[in-house]
Amino acid sequence: MFLVARRLVQALLILLGVAAITFVLLYALPADPARMIAGRSATAQTVANIRHELGLDQPLLMQFWHYLSNLLSGNLGRSYAQKTDVWTLIAARLPATLTLMAAGIFVEVLLGLTLGTIAAIRRGGFVDRLVMMASFVGTSAPQFLVALLLLYLLAVTLGWFPMSGFGGFSHVVLPAVTLGLCGAGWYARMVRSAMIDVLNQDYVRTARAKGLSSRRVILRHALPNAILPIIAMIGIDIGQFMGGVVVVEAVYGWPGIGQLAWQAIQQVDIPIIMGVTLTSALAIVIGNLLADLIAPIVDPRIRTR
Amino acid sequence: MRVLKEMLRQPSAVFGLLVVVTVIVLAVFAPWIAPFDPDNQMFDGLTLEGAPMPPGGQFLLGTDTLGRDLFSRLLYGARTSLVIGLVANGIAVAIGLLVGIVAGYLRGFASSVLMRFTDLMMAFPALLLAIVLAALLRPSLWIVAMVIALVNWVQVARIIYTETRALSERDFIMAERSLGAGHFRVLFLHILPHLMPTAIVWGTLGIATTVLLEATLSFLGIGVQPPQPSWGNIIFESQSYFQAAPWLVFVPGFVILLTALSFNLVGDALRDILDPTQRGRN
Repeated sequence: MFLVARRLVQALLILLGVAAITFVLLYALPADPARMIAGRSATAQTVANIRHELGLDQPLLMQFWHYLSNLLSGNLGRSYAQKTDVWTLIAARLPATLTLMAAGIFVEVLLGLTLGTIAAIRRGGFVDRLVMMASFVGTSAPQFLVALLLLYLLAVTLGWFPMSGFGGFSHVVLPAVTLGLCGAGWYARMVRSAMIDVLNQDYVRTARAKGLSSRRVILRHALPNAILPIIAMIGIDIGQFMGGVVVVEAVYGWPGIGQLAWQAIQQVDIPIIMGVTLTSALAIVIGNLLADLIAPIVDPRIRTR
Repeated sequence: MRVLKEMLRQPSAVFGLLVVVTVIVLAVFAPWIAPFDPDNQMFDGLTLEGAPMPPGGQFLLGTDTLGRDLFSRLLYGARTSLVIGLVANGIAVAIGLLVGIVAGYLRGFASSVLMRFTDLMMAFPALLLAIVLAALLRPSLWIVAMVIALVNWVQVARIIYTETRALSERDFIMAERSLGAGHFRVLFLHILPHLMPTAIVWGTLGIATTVLLEATLSFLGIGVQPPQPSWGNIIFESQSYFQAAPWLVFVPGFVILLTALSFNLVGDALRDILDPTQRGRN
């Protein structure tokens, strides 16, 4: 219980820091929000009025206080271009992004676990070297290249999948596979080294000596013990994902918050970009928190530490 | 010398080194190698219908939608990528080293403030933070380099922090301290040299990350701005034509992949050689 409480406090402190940094970015950088809302042809008086309306003429600490209390009540500000509440825009698109994330992480973990385990079993052999090379290529490939390549081969040339959009299962395949392919390399390498450690343990040798089939030894005795780093990794991975989601959603026209951010970039719509960043930071903190909390349930050894 | 010799024994490291050296040579000598001016929108660079020319013939890798020679643009793009790779990553490693050493060597308040700050930076998705910064500031080559440096130093800082903490507990540092050496002397003469292998490894691996990040920012249109060629913005400029002219997307894309892969392979080989504790694990 103590651990949970401490982790929660830490998460809250990090979120407070995140809010402070986004605040500094919003208000300390050359882009003047009042001028951006007013538009290029506005008079000095209009800009001054908007500045007053937004409270931008108040002392910085007061502004930060307002900013924080707005954040706490779910008010992320208004979009410059779309003139709507940012949180409404994000909330409407969140389900699409979460679907894509779940599908992407599923592909990633499935590929990483399978390839990493096979590589560990065939350590030093041809298959191992092939998997390791593939994982290097996967982690070195820019996501937009993989996205465009899959789009070109499987959607344009072969016509197996729709080009873009949102709808049934066939729409989610290409974006999820793109995210999965780009991330699976990290998992494969991690699973491989965890499995190599585990396979050298005495209890695995015992299991083998008992005459269990190697399939059973690997799936029942070794793999569950190699899975712990994967859980921590998924927590960290959510952050990587939120960045990749912008690229992948932009290429596939997936109507999630990544695409929202991408459109906002084109229009320099700072509140939306900021809102997406804050939402992602929240997702990362929650991801890490969950990973920290789930780890002792999966691995009782951690509880005693 | 020893490092180079050991590297030449690994086929994948040799491949990586070859590509890295080739890219550097091509970038440095771009003005002499490039068959055309990269910014010249040539009249005969487009077909009669106004479409880009496919690879082969007069233009080795074809032309882009404005009739510019793709091969020449890629050569000059290599300069952009490498400059950003070296500058941005150099700054990131320098910041990471400084923060990591100071936080790892000093104990107490200053140390925990610095490390909590890096924790905080870890909570930001690097790409999104870079996007925010690049969108707020007007992007140019140097701004992009700064943005990348600002998001990429965190990992280096964490690793250097852990190593410095372990180092400063070692007996020879204690001995040096008890002989009356000042913090400055201990840090720069005794701790820093031991951190160099780590810094070199992460410096090399970081170039791959940096090249990818620059390409991604430019692909999203907030990196290096056209007409200055960068591998990412070549794709950005022509992605809407990628069905009609796939080479405009895939040739620069594979160049980015190959370069990042090579820096990763070299960095990984360096890690195996310079950090004996990792040996045999991978």
